[in-house]
Amino acid sequence: MSSRGPGQVERLLEGLAAGDRTAIAEALNLVDDRRSEQRHAALELLDGLASRPLPHAPYRVGITGAPGAGKSSLLNALVEKLRDSGAGIGIIAVDPSSQRSGGALLGDRMRLSGGARESGVFLRSMAARDRLGGLADATQAGAAVLSSVFEWVFIETVGIGQSECEVAQLVDTLVFVAQPGAGDTLQFMKAGILELPDIFVVNKADTGPVAERTRGELESTLGLTASPEPAAWRPPVLLASAQDRQGIDTLLDAMTEHRDQGLQSGRLEARRRSGEQAFAVDSLARRYGEYGLERIGGAQAVAQRLAEPGPRSIFAAVLELGHEIERGLEPG
Amino acid sequence: MPNNPKLEQADRPWMIRTYSGHSSAQASNALYRANLASGQTGLSVAFDLPTQTGYDSDHALARGEVGKVGVPICHIDDMATLFDQIPLDRMNTSMTINATAAWLLGLYVAAAERQGVNPDQLQGTTQNDIIKEYLSRGTYVFPPEASIRMTSDVVAYTVAKIPKWNPINICSYHLQEAGATPVQEIAFAMANAVAVLDAVRVRDDVPEETLGRVFGRISFFLNAGIRFVEETCKCRAMTALWSEIGRERYGIDDARMLRFRYGVQVNSLGLSEAQPENNIVRIALEALGVTLSRDARTRSLQLPAWNEALGLPRPWDQQLSLRTQQILAYETDLLEYPDLFEGSHVVEALSEQLLSDARSELQKVLEMGGAVSAVENAYMKQALVESHTLRIQAIERGEQTVVGVNRFEESTESPLTAEGDASILKVDDSAERDQVERLLAFRGARNDGDAKAALQGVEDCLKNGDNIMPASIRAAHAGVTTGEWADTLRRVFGEYRAPTGVGSARGTLSSEGTEAVRIRVDALSETLGRRPKILVGKPGLDGHSNGAEQIAVKARDVGMEVVYDGIRLTPEEIVQSARDEGVHVVGLSILSGSHSVLVRDVLERLTKEGLGDVPVIVGGIIPDDDAAALRAAGVARIYTPKDFDLTRIMGDLVDIVGEAAQ
Repeated sequence: MSSRGPGQVERLLEGLAAGDRTAIAEALNLVDDRRSEQRHAALELLDGLASRPLPHAPYRVGITGAPGAGKSSLLNALVEKLRDSGAGIGIIAVDPSSQRSGGALLGDRMRLSGGARESGVFLRSMAARDRLGGLADATQAGAAVLSSVFEWVFIETVGIGQSECEVAQLVDTLVFVAQPGAGDTLQFMKAGILELPDIFVVNKADTGPVAERTRGELESTLGLTASPEPAAWRPPVLLASAQDRQGIDTLLDAMTEHRDQGLQSGRLEARRRSGEQAFAVDSLARRYGEYGLERIGGAQAVAQRLAEPGPRSIFAAVLELGHEIERGLEPG
Repeated sequence: MPNNPKLEQADRPWMIRTYSGHSSAQASNALYRANLASGQTGLSVAFDLPTQTGYDSDHALARGEVGKVGVPICHIDDMATLFDQIPLDRMNTSMTINATAAWLLGLYVAAAERQGVNPDQLQGTTQNDIIKEYLSRGTYVFPPEASIRMTSDVVAYTVAKIPKWNPINICSYHLQEAGATPVQEIAFAMANAVAVLDAVRVRDDVPEETLGRVFGRISFFLNAGIRFVEETCKCRAMTALWSEIGRERYGIDDARMLRFRYGVQVNSLGLSEAQPENNIVRIALEALGVTLSRDARTRSLQLPAWNEALGLPRPWDQQLSLRTQQILAYETDLLEYPDLFEGSHVVEALSEQLLSDARSELQKVLEMGGAVSAVENAYMKQALVESHTLRIQAIERGEQTVVGVNRFEESTESPLTAEGDASILKVDDSAERDQVERLLAFRGARNDGDAKAALQGVEDCLKNGDNIMPASIRAAHAGVTTGEWADTLRRVFGEYRAPTGVGSARGTLSSEGTEAVRIRVDALSETLGRRPKILVGKPGLDGHSNGAEQIAVKARDVGMEVVYDGIRLTPEEIVQSARDEGVHVVGLSILSGSHSVLVRDVLERLTKEGLGDVPVIVGGIIPDDDAAALRAAGVARIYTPKDFDLTRIMGDLVDIVGEAAQ
């Protein structure tokens, strides 16, 4: 499946630059590999990608929402639209792992319509896998690989609270897919996830008044929590129907508007930076705990270190900081 | 109590049929005429998968499938050949056709008209039950709403124009094959019927006063399992529930319209590959279950062949099934008595219990918006996957006895299977080539302008909301082909992929065996650097996904990561998925007999993608000779219906992935 050993990273970098599918798949396998030799190779690869100028400006979009909200069908509709325009599309679809066995059933949610894969869409399903390192590590590295090849990178996850925060860190725009029906908004509010998404979509707009009511509820709830800052992005609440292919253009427009506005105002750059910082802090805290993090000066110091210039991927920086913590924790 | 409990006049037997058709219209016509000559009283047409899913025989997806599980019918000449010298005004024909039912009925009507038979003389059944296709059989094409509309078009048309036709045969058969318990079988079938009736009731072209007739034309198609006492009670419970629904939901009081009319194909799920001759006895007992109770007796019966789990039955095998029915109908005294269970407290109590449980399950489905909603939210599918998982587990653990499979396994050599693959029928590979040639010739000879205009007529009525039947019959006469008709609908309605139901299915209980495999999977994950990932793929048009689903759920339960994208994938899509997903092993499931072509195609493409070292395993009804050839071509393991022990298969997977990682 993969020819390991010397030259692998070089070969993969070349393959990725050429957009070679087999290379993308192998790179994703590599960054997912927990063995130490492979982890080193993966870091080398990710560093290589970080230091390389890209011929395109990748845009990452997170799609999240409760199970059954129709995230996959909505993503499917988006993908259909985008691939007509010839854009390269990479998707990471995350499914929960079984707590009991560690296994996972993947792919069922992402019912891409026939022929999607052959027309340039690359889809990798991942399991959330709580046992072997968190969801964030795998998706962050996976997104880095896909971003090096594709202009559009989607990350689809089931909304269960924590995963929104993790996904929000690594995307440029977070889209929350809501299902029409009373009571949901209250659940969203309780979960505190209404603060994170940049765009809300009430799917299944074909249900008519029910969808309208949910949209109204969401809007008024957001009105209460929205930032008073006038320049800030105001998350729109849109209606769409994946089934009838309604509202897809509007959603795409809102996404690109969010991106363009972010690019102009510098907000996107800041968001990517703070996303990386948050990823680094979380990642270190998960491995070494708050105590370990304090040994190198806490989150503040991590932010400073990441701001230092250099062709180094976030992953290498985390590893380096980890080594420092380990040294600090050693007796003597 | 009178001294003589016999009926004054013995009952007429049920309609005796055999589900059949293969290779070509001509070969199937010969088979039908032979079957009728040996005492069969009706026909039951099996169509091949391309026909069922709306592809012409020369379509890429049809490759390897033409004439395999049934007869290919691409156009009116095929249909005319199929019924050559069989007068359609005197025949009762059941057609197992669903997504493309309106079209095949259109061809049937057109073929009858060619024979000089008026449509109102036709008798028969179109299966036309799309909901169970989403749940089990997998030959759906269009989204649920569109499908229900097509179904109701056929209902409205036949009630007006072909009054003796059964426009829909609500199938609980396939639900049982997918694992349904008797209660689920009853409740889901009824929910399904309600969905259709509700759709028909609101149509402008179905006047209120005909609703009773519509209700009276709805028939059912049941399964009969080996627990034949319970099956008898199931039929009685359904009889009661159906008339209850008719009275209460639709306000019908004519007793004739309220009658529960059903046909049966007895269980295939329980037929074993091990000691296959035991199936002869199973089939006879299962036939008893649906004929014993006079008040709830089936109106038509199809028996499978004893060697179905081995491959396609030969004419002799089908004859044995036919004779089984004839012995039951003509030799025994079964038809001479009133209902044998009148006054039986036991049968009454069991029927009542099934009825009341089914009633609440039905209520549950109706409350979530009915059968269509319960397809879309995967409620029914998931319930079936779970029941099936429990069933397999019970057999694996020996809690449910299957003679010759998990008990009394010792056997002397069977003379019936001594000839190896000579004991099944093999469809000649030239059948596909010949069929494609005929199709090309037909297209070349027809008037393209007429065909095009007729297709436009079909498209117009889809858009205007007119009934599809008249335009389809015109299209049949004008030489439109099955693929062209279905493509028009695909364009207007779109294609649908149903939820697989495995995503959130509750898994198996852990057992010692499962636990041992799970530990090995954990160890393998260390070696691999990540969890073993398996792609479960169903190439081709075969939609029987039960086996694939069980493998998927089990693999998750032993700790593997499973990619399962559902049915009807091309080898190309499967290989792309294997590459994109970075899997360690590919499992293919094929039950349509097209394994040789499709598996080889997958193997070749894997090699071409540089994934030649990813092992491939195959499950399906695969004759020994084919299995040997596939092994030689590089397939790591082959599983057939006798390999019921999923835990053992999982153990094999660990071995295979481990070896490949070396």
